[in-house]
Amino acid sequence: MPSVLRVENLSKRFNGLWVLRNISFELYAGEILGILGPNGAGKTTLIHSLLGLLSPTSGRIEILGLELSKHRSAVLKRINFASNYVSLPLSLTVYENLKVYAYLYEVPDPDHRVKEVLKWFGLEALKNVPSRHLSSGQMMRLCLAKAMINAPEILLLDEPTAGLDLEAAQKTRALLKELCLRKGLSVIYTSHNLAEMKEMSDRIIILHQGRIMALGPEKELLKNYRVKDLEELYFRLISHES
Amino acid sequence: MLWGFVTIYLETSTTRLPEFVSFFLGALILWNILLRAQQGISVSFLEDVWARNLVNLFVSPLSIVEYITALLVVSLIKVVLAFGLMSLLAALCYTFNILKLGLIILPLVLNLVALGWAIGLLTMGLILRFGQEAEILAWALAFLFMPVSAVFYPVEVLPSLLQRIALFVPSAHAFEGMRQVIIQKGMPVAHLLWATSLNLVYLLVSGLAFYRAYKFALEKGVIPKIGE
Repeated sequence: MPSVLRVENLSKRFNGLWVLRNISFELYAGEILGILGPNGAGKTTLIHSLLGLLSPTSGRIEILGLELSKHRSAVLKRINFASNYVSLPLSLTVYENLKVYAYLYEVPDPDHRVKEVLKWFGLEALKNVPSRHLSSGQMMRLCLAKAMINAPEILLLDEPTAGLDLEAAQKTRALLKELCLRKGLSVIYTSHNLAEMKEMSDRIIILHQGRIMALGPEKELLKNYRVKDLEELYFRLISHES
Repeated sequence: MLWGFVTIYLETSTTRLPEFVSFFLGALILWNILLRAQQGISVSFLEDVWARNLVNLFVSPLSIVEYITALLVVSLIKVVLAFGLMSLLAALCYTFNILKLGLIILPLVLNLVALGWAIGLLTMGLILRFGQEAEILAWALAFLFMPVSAVFYPVEVLPSLLQRIALFVPSAHAFEGMRQVIIQKGMPVAHLLWATSLNLVYLLVSGLAFYRAYKFALEKGVIPKIGE
C-alpha cells in the first residue's frame, strides 16, 4: 500500500519539556492508524502538528507527497479533522454550518455535497435546526459531517467519541468504519480507550511521554511482545517506562 | 476623566448651543464607527473562540491573510449598518443630518475605520499571545483611546502632556477635523494628513504585532488551547 503520510523524527519541546520525541511513522492508503496513550502522552500534540496548528521543534511531516510546512493550504484542502473538543458555530443551522465549510474547502457543487453528507450522517431531519439545539452525539455527527465535506483523502480524528454515551459512541464508530471501507479513507484516530482502539484500528501506535513505545497491527504486537492482549501490552509499556 | 474634560470645555467655551449639539451628535456617530470597526474584527474573532470553532477554521485551507480579510469585510458591513442606523436616529430624533456635512466626512470616517482595524488587530494579537484572559481588551482597548481622542471636546481642553499625546493619536485629528467641518472652516487638510500618516504607522505596527503573535501561537500551540 502506498504511504499517504510520512512523519520523520518529529520532536516538539514546550517550556523545556519534550512532549514529542523523535516520532517517525507512516500512514498507508486506506488504513486506520490508531494512536493510543494515556492523558499527556502527546496524542493531541501529534495531531495538532499534523494539522499545522503547531510548528515542530525539529523533524519533517509529508502529507500526500507534499511537505506540510511549505504547502500548508494545498495539504489542508485534501485532509480534514474532527474532535470532540472542537465545535461549530451554535447560531448557524446544521445545513448552514456545512455550507460554510463547503465554501471554505472550495467544494464543487456545495449544495449537492451538503445533502450527501447530511444523508450519510443521518442529519437530514435536523438540517434546519440551529446547532445549539443539538445533543452532544448529534453535534459529533455534525463535526464528522463537516470533516467529510471536502471528500478528504486523510481524516484526523482526535478522541471523536470522548464524552459521548455508550450508544452514541458505538454508532459513531460504526459509521466511521463504514465510511472508511466505502470511501477508502486513510484515518489517524487517537483514543485512550483500549477496546475502541482494537475495534477501529488496522495498526496501533502506543504513545507514552512523547515517544512511540510500540507500532504495528494488534496481532503482530501481541506476538512480538509475547502478551495475551493489548491491555497487558499497554500497561507493561506504560509502567515499564514510568 | 472624559466627562471632566467635557465639563471644562462646556464651562470655558464660547461656542453657540446649536454647534455643541452638532459636535456631540457628530462625535457620537463617528466614535461608534471606530468602535464597530474595532469590534467587527476582535469580537468576530472571539465569537469563533467562544463557539470552539477556531481550530476548524485554522485547519481549513483558509490562509491567515484570507481570515483577516474576511474579518475586515465583516467589520466594514457592521460599520455601514451602525452608521446608517445612528444617522437615521439622529435625523429622526434630533433633526441632525450628518450627511449634510458632505463628502468631506468620508476621509474622516475612513481614518476612524483604519484606527478601529489597527486596535482590533492588536487586540487579536494580544488574545493569541496571552490567551482568553486578554479578551476584555476586545471591549476596553478602544476606550483607552477615548480621552486623548478628543471625541467630545477639542484637544486644547486637555492638559499639555495629553495634548502632546493626542498629536500622535489619529482619532484626535479625525474629531478635530469633524469640528472644523461643522463650524464650516473648510476641508481639514492638515488633520487628514496627520490622521492618515499616523494610521499607516498604526496599521503597520499592529499588523506586525499580530503576525508575531500568530507565529508565537503556532510555536506554543495556543490556537487549540484558546479554541477548544
